[in-house]
Amino acid sequence: MAVNRGKPAHRGGTDPAPGGTGRVSGGLLDPRQLLRSFPDALRKLDPRVMARNPVMFVVEVGAVLTTAFAIKTPSVFAWVITVWLWLTVVFANLAEAVAEGRGKAQAETLRKTRTETVARRLADWRRGDTAPREESVPAAGLKLGDHVVVEAGQVIPGDGDVVEGIASVDESAITGESAPVIRESGGDRSAVTGGTKVLSDRIVVRITSKPGETFIDRMIALVEGASRQKTPNEIALNILLASLTIVFLIAVVTLQPFAVFAGAPQSIVVLVALVVALIPTTIGALLSAIGIAGMDRLVQRNVLAVSGRAVEAAGDVNTLLLDKTGTITLGNRQAAEFLPVQGVDLEELADAAQLSSIADETPEGRSIVVLAKERHALRARTEGELAHATFVPFTAESRMSGVDLDDPQEQRALRKGAAASVMTWVRSAGGHPLADVGGIVDGVSASGGTPLVVGEVLRQQDSSTARVLGVIHLKDVVKAGMRERFDELRRMGIRTVMITGDNPLTARAIAEEAGVDDFLAEATPEDKMALIKREQAGGKLVAMTGDGTNDAPALAQADVGVAMNTGTSAAKEAGNMVDLDSNPTKLIEIVEIGKQLLITRGALTTFSIANDVAKYFAIIPAMFARVEPGLDKLNIMKLHSPTSAIASAIIFNALIIVVLIPLALRGVRYRPSSAAALLSRNIWIYGLGGLVVPFAGIKVIDLIVQFIPGLR
Amino acid sequence: MARIIGPLARQHLAALRILLVFTVITGALYPLAVTGIAEAAFPHRANGSLVSQNGHVIGSSMIGQNFALPPRRGRTVPPPDPRWFQPRPSAAGPSGYDPTASGASNLGPNNSGLIAMVNRRRAAVAAFDGVPPGSVPVDALTASGSGLDPDISPAYAYEQVPRVARARGLPQAVVHHLVTARVQGRALGFLGQKHVNVVNLNHDLSTLR
Amino acid sequence: MSDTLGGWLEILALAAAVALSFRPLGDYMAHILTSRKHWRVERLVYRAGGMDGDADQIWTVYLRSVLAFSAVSVLFLYGFLRLQNHLPLALGTPQMSASQAFNTAASFVTNTNWQSYSGEAALGHLVQMTGLAVQNFLSAAVGIAVVTAFIRGFTRTRTDRVGNFWVDLTRVVVRLLLPMAFVFAIVLVAAGVIQNFHGFQDATAIAGGSQKIPGGPVASQEAIKELGTNGGGFYNANSAHPFENPTAFTNLIEIYLLLVISFCLPRTFGVMVGDKRQSWTIVAVMVLIWAASVTLITVNELHSISSTAGHDAGGMLEGKEQRLGVWASALFAASTTLTSTGAVDSAHDSYSPGGGGMTIFNMMLGEIAPGGTGSGLYGILVLAVIAVFVAGLMVGRTPEYLGKKLTGREMRFASLYILTTPALVLAGAGIAMALPGQRAAMLNSGPHGFSEVLYAFTSAANNNGSAFAGLSSNTTWYNTALGLIMLVGRLLPMVFVLALAGSLAGQRPVPVTAGTLPTHRPQFAGLLTAVVVIVVGLTYFPALALGPLAEGLR
Repeated sequence: MAVNRGKPAHRGGTDPAPGGTGRVSGGLLDPRQLLRSFPDALRKLDPRVMARNPVMFVVEVGAVLTTAFAIKTPSVFAWVITVWLWLTVVFANLAEAVAEGRGKAQAETLRKTRTETVARRLADWRRGDTAPREESVPAAGLKLGDHVVVEAGQVIPGDGDVVEGIASVDESAITGESAPVIRESGGDRSAVTGGTKVLSDRIVVRITSKPGETFIDRMIALVEGASRQKTPNEIALNILLASLTIVFLIAVVTLQPFAVFAGAPQSIVVLVALVVALIPTTIGALLSAIGIAGMDRLVQRNVLAVSGRAVEAAGDVNTLLLDKTGTITLGNRQAAEFLPVQGVDLEELADAAQLSSIADETPEGRSIVVLAKERHALRARTEGELAHATFVPFTAESRMSGVDLDDPQEQRALRKGAAASVMTWVRSAGGHPLADVGGIVDGVSASGGTPLVVGEVLRQQDSSTARVLGVIHLKDVVKAGMRERFDELRRMGIRTVMITGDNPLTARAIAEEAGVDDFLAEATPEDKMALIKREQAGGKLVAMTGDGTNDAPALAQADVGVAMNTGTSAAKEAGNMVDLDSNPTKLIEIVEIGKQLLITRGALTTFSIANDVAKYFAIIPAMFARVEPGLDKLNIMKLHSPTSAIASAIIFNALIIVVLIPLALRGVRYRPSSAAALLSRNIWIYGLGGLVVPFAGIKVIDLIVQFIPGLR
Repeated sequence: MARIIGPLARQHLAALRILLVFTVITGALYPLAVTGIAEAAFPHRANGSLVSQNGHVIGSSMIGQNFALPPRRGRTVPPPDPRWFQPRPSAAGPSGYDPTASGASNLGPNNSGLIAMVNRRRAAVAAFDGVPPGSVPVDALTASGSGLDPDISPAYAYEQVPRVARARGLPQAVVHHLVTARVQGRALGFLGQKHVNVVNLNHDLSTLR
Repeated sequence: MSDTLGGWLEILALAAAVALSFRPLGDYMAHILTSRKHWRVERLVYRAGGMDGDADQIWTVYLRSVLAFSAVSVLFLYGFLRLQNHLPLALGTPQMSASQAFNTAASFVTNTNWQSYSGEAALGHLVQMTGLAVQNFLSAAVGIAVVTAFIRGFTRTRTDRVGNFWVDLTRVVVRLLLPMAFVFAIVLVAAGVIQNFHGFQDATAIAGGSQKIPGGPVASQEAIKELGTNGGGFYNANSAHPFENPTAFTNLIEIYLLLVISFCLPRTFGVMVGDKRQSWTIVAVMVLIWAASVTLITVNELHSISSTAGHDAGGMLEGKEQRLGVWASALFAASTTLTSTGAVDSAHDSYSPGGGGMTIFNMMLGEIAPGGTGSGLYGILVLAVIAVFVAGLMVGRTPEYLGKKLTGREMRFASLYILTTPALVLAGAGIAMALPGQRAAMLNSGPHGFSEVLYAFTSAANNNGSAFAGLSSNTTWYNTALGLIMLVGRLLPMVFVLALAGSLAGQRPVPVTAGTLPTHRPQFAGLLTAVVVIVVGLTYFPALALGPLAEGLR
């Protein structure tokens, strides 16, 4: 277990909780993290770094001005304001540093897994090459298109596709999942990741990434924030914040001539304090932390987004394309019925089916045992109960599983599996499956079910009889709570479309049962692509998951394309997110994280601006009550003195940043509901809260700072 | 020639031509049409609701006048003539009610000069009309927005009745009756305030036999 | 009938008149702005300008047309004003100084109608009629044209065309302003407003002495002055002058005229964007702010709050006409300062600190409730864009308004728009207050004197044009500074509005879903009102604190 990123609540979350309260939440803020990030925060005081954030840059310039003033004409007040202005900047940097720090910690863990491996490169390898020339090179020296061979116990030196062989691979370094996965050449499970370990067999891998650009490298860069760029919405919000900053700058700069006329010229410290109190420092300080934390929350759910833009787009998604299997229905079908062929007793088939499934731990297998027990009163026998029984597990090649009962009198072999495989097996043992097997199989298929054929081979001395006993009807089972989930999505304005390879009839039945808005039956990659384009032509944003190479164009076309980690590297390249758990249901969570990110931004902006009202009531009377005593009526907080009032406003302004860091990192609570309900809720909490909280906060701080000697 | 005029100049030239067309339409045709109809349908009003006496224009019933004694040396504001109903104070021109200089005092509500002036006026009007200072109505103490306000409140008009009657040697009832006849209600019964037109009222006085 | 009942009935009558006009006038404006048919007289105008009435303009071309037309108008009017003393009907007025002519030309072309001159003393009838009144029509029409282009930004998709400025301009003048102004000019004459070409007539006053009775084509100018939210009075006293506003009835008509187009344009907007519910939100915000403002000003004036002079006189009648009284004057004051009209039927300078302060705050709101013709609607829509941006985030989507995304590009233009006027107001007032010579122009002292300067710059930058008229603003400095501020305060926002229109028109529409922020509900109306009041309040609070607040809280 190489990586554990502390995400037990989200691991393998295939079962969505209906109602979904608090589904989206992040890790808690560790106070030690604040301390650890402090040096980074100080480093970010570099004006060249600060200039990226116009709001906080203004604060820094203000702090420099007050410092100069405080040195020239020292006073307790000037120093108090100066110190707290610097702290304001530091706190803002701290927010960003903490957010980045979490990513860095994750990157560090990842980096540990990236051991320097030696690659066994095959020179001029061609398919079918039985004795290739092998040479040892460092993994870093691998080029695009090189072929390497990896055997059990060795680490795969770079990202690539399996071109020969099949192997089980431990990908826990990437996914944190300890169960090994199968990787084989051809098909949709051919991608392997550098740094993962082959547990069995031997594979030949064609390298598909350049050195230093492997998946792990990119992952490290992403979580570290090295490749972080401002997202479109972040840019838009920054423009608004910058213009508000300019407005308030003008308001304060032009205040001086007015103040002079009124007979109350203000010191530079007071003017700077007023500017800093008014400009939206709270959101300015937390904006980038919010963005980083959004990505981070995805990482915590084992989803990697190639850009913040993708996370934002997730919040905007109008249409979700969901694969039926694994997302809407349980990935595994369940036995619904036993259908014996002519001349076979129903009980006999049920018994054989159960026997063949005793050792079958797959959900399908279990469901067969359960069905036989419930419908036909056949007690489930345990493995040890049967003498001379050899269980034959399912393999990708045989596509059958079953049991061999080596009774001294007769050897009985039972197999269940895909129709073609079992029929072939029966024929190879000399049996002639009856024609009606095909009829039953087709009937089951036509109704949307999956047929499993049960075959039997009896060997008595020299003679052997082989026959097909019947068919097990496996049916899709819609996951619990999906209907509620889709209702919820509908209230959020998101349309769900089920994608399935089933025929329209079956698809409709499942779609209705699950409560999706629409379905795409007998879907080919081309159909998917066409559907996405159609939706997008109407201005809709589409999210989908995919894993196969033929999904790649659709993944690229979709606004949010989540590639399964088990998928091909082509799919991973095409999408803008990769789900390391390969859990298609996560698409819904991704949408929620996107929304939560945007809500957090909006809520803190509202909070920040609403804060200004109270600050005015603190600062304006403090500035002018001396010459215009009537203005003291605005001092509704009854603050101790002009200097304590201004200091309190500035201290509140700085502290609120720290107080809100956890919220910025965690994101505001998000409950799926209609836009109107969401807006009401957030306006009440963050708008009204933003109006009220600072009145209380400034008053409390004033009660304390009035005791600072020299602050009057 | 056309070749050397750039597109920018061409655009401005087109704009100018359109401006000229509209100047003709909205600056000449429109006001002339309105004037034509106004002169035909409402000649008295269109020409300023003028009041004549013996063929001489003695003013407009819309425009207030001073009813003062001949100016005295050294005083810009001539003293009020007790034989006439007095209009409101006026800020139009140095001596008030000058239609070539309409306007208000523009003094702020806490302007010390205005406050002093209001109190001085209260004392003066109270003494002039022989009433207690507290009963002088507000319109007698404040200048109007135009400086040409022809109207006073009925209260101020009635307050002046005894003084005017005394100065003219008329029975109070006669003068009181004149005022009552000139009290105008609110426009359409609910708009604005009741008022008495001083120009019309004093014109009535002057034609009284 | 008591003053109170009469006052309420007047407000109700006005509200009813505007409400009854809402649908028919709003629909009619939408019709003339979208109709494909040209009238013959319109074709004549296009031919005179060498225009193609069916051409569609890219937003930059539209903008260039607006700017070219404004530039030509300023130059033309400037020349006219400078030369008017040589032209007929000059009535012996002297030549206007260069700075005053610039100020006046800029003022009328920008729909501001700030007047540093006194109409009866400085201008003859010809320049009033064929110079100033023409701009009363045209500047109003330009505002409506620009908002039409802006609305097209929402209604059109994936195009760079936002309409034809010359067509919009012509249609508004020919089909909307001219007919309405004509009808109401006749109504005003019937109610006592003068309409003639006399000069001053000598009258022998009743008590002796002489009086000069002015003349002029007043009614025709008065009608468009109010209808086009211009506000430049024929006479110095503006709508307080008995010849401009002879009765409380004409007073009501004038308030109706200055409100009606701006209050009905949201309907036009709703019809054009194909969602009439949207017009309700916008108009609700306008009505809310207007009603609050009327109430606050009326209450302040009725109770002489913080006015020593008012207290000593027993009422707030200084600067108000007897026939109108406090209620009608307060209603006019609130309406004129909220519509960028700037006509006055009473002297705002003499209002109570609260009432006068409200007139300043009204203008600071950016002339959006309901604002000037056209400019009011685009102003409130830009603020709606800002409100949608913040609120849209709070529903968990990147913000969109009327099916268009608000990206960085849109926010840049919207932010620049809301930045422009505060910058002009505060920088202008700040510079004026820093210069001793300009401070000396105040009539009143202390906070009230500061309010006069603040009022002047607020009025100019927001294209209102009314004044705390105590300020002696006919100086080269004020004429030039305020003239420039009026031009920038009018044209720069138009640049941003048209750029925004172009940017929006180029987008493909985003479908409206349950997850979209609904902008047609009371919720959004409340939010928009809060954004308007809080953003403006925060921007101007320090300045207001030293002016009206300092005076009022004494």
